[in-house]
Amino acid sequence: MTVSIVRFGGSNCDRDAERALEHLGIDAEIVWHEDGLPADTTGIVLPGGFSYGDYLRAGAMAARSPIMAEVREAAADGTPVLGVCNGAQIGCESGLTEGAFTTNESARFQCERVFLRVERADTPWTDAYDEGEVIEVPIAHGEGRYEIDDDRLAELEDENRVLFRYCDESGETGSDVNPNGSKHNVAGVLGDRDTVAVLMPHPERATLPDVGPTDGQGILRGFESVADGV
Amino acid sequence: MTAYTATVTVRLKRGVLDPEAETTKQALERLDFELEDLRSTDRFEIDLDAASADAAHERASEMAERLLANPTIHDYDVEVDER
Repeated sequence: MTVSIVRFGGSNCDRDAERALEHLGIDAEIVWHEDGLPADTTGIVLPGGFSYGDYLRAGAMAARSPIMAEVREAAADGTPVLGVCNGAQIGCESGLTEGAFTTNESARFQCERVFLRVERADTPWTDAYDEGEVIEVPIAHGEGRYEIDDDRLAELEDENRVLFRYCDESGETGSDVNPNGSKHNVAGVLGDRDTVAVLMPHPERATLPDVGPTDGQGILRGFESVADGV
Repeated sequence: MTAYTATVTVRLKRGVLDPEAETTKQALERLDFELEDLRSTDRFEIDLDAASADAAHERASEMAERLLANPTIHDYDVEVDER
């Protein structure tokens, strides 16, 4: 099992993701986007960063890299794909997931620890948690406000494709615990399949015990869960 | 073939929050300007050669569809002028 971490020009959380996955005993390698996906890829991380300087829109350029056609194809075949921060923006821009992550309501870069409520515990990414559990994971973004047509958001919610919402320590959601103005406090969503997920918070920065809280480990263990057939 | 400039204007859909425009509006108000509202747009001026104005319009529209605009949050319009 090898998780490919796709490095674009301006990715900067690729090594963090590699360290975090290796800490969990999950084999991972960084792949330059122009080289395409290795044949032995069993999982894909779209890492955080500022690909192409966030030109045009965050994630817009990377989403049009030829490797993303391979990523979409792999995702459709059931290969687990996790997009984090800029990777989440790329995921939405490329159509892996619905909606868009755009300028924070504050118009500021928000770098802080936040609480997330696990909306579903029956996905590979959340198998380690209970539904409704509150986990602490950091965010670091200027464009993380989840935006989508209201009707479409209602449909996504009906389809149980919202994976995480920003909340307080007790799991209550509301505008006062919404760091970026995301609609309905959405922090992460699933794609067409439960094996595809994107989120703005950084699980790889909440995995190594030396760095702080380790609540993000369960999300990265999603790659193991898929391999184990969960 | 004729030389055209296609101007693609990309704007946020009505109702989509625009924090940058709001910040700009507040800065103008701090300079003592009076204004009701402010919307910002992205404008792309694309020089291209095409067989007709319609063909130039079609190509620029496809550029907007595939890259310049994000249909989740944006509307766009295209104008074509001979250059």
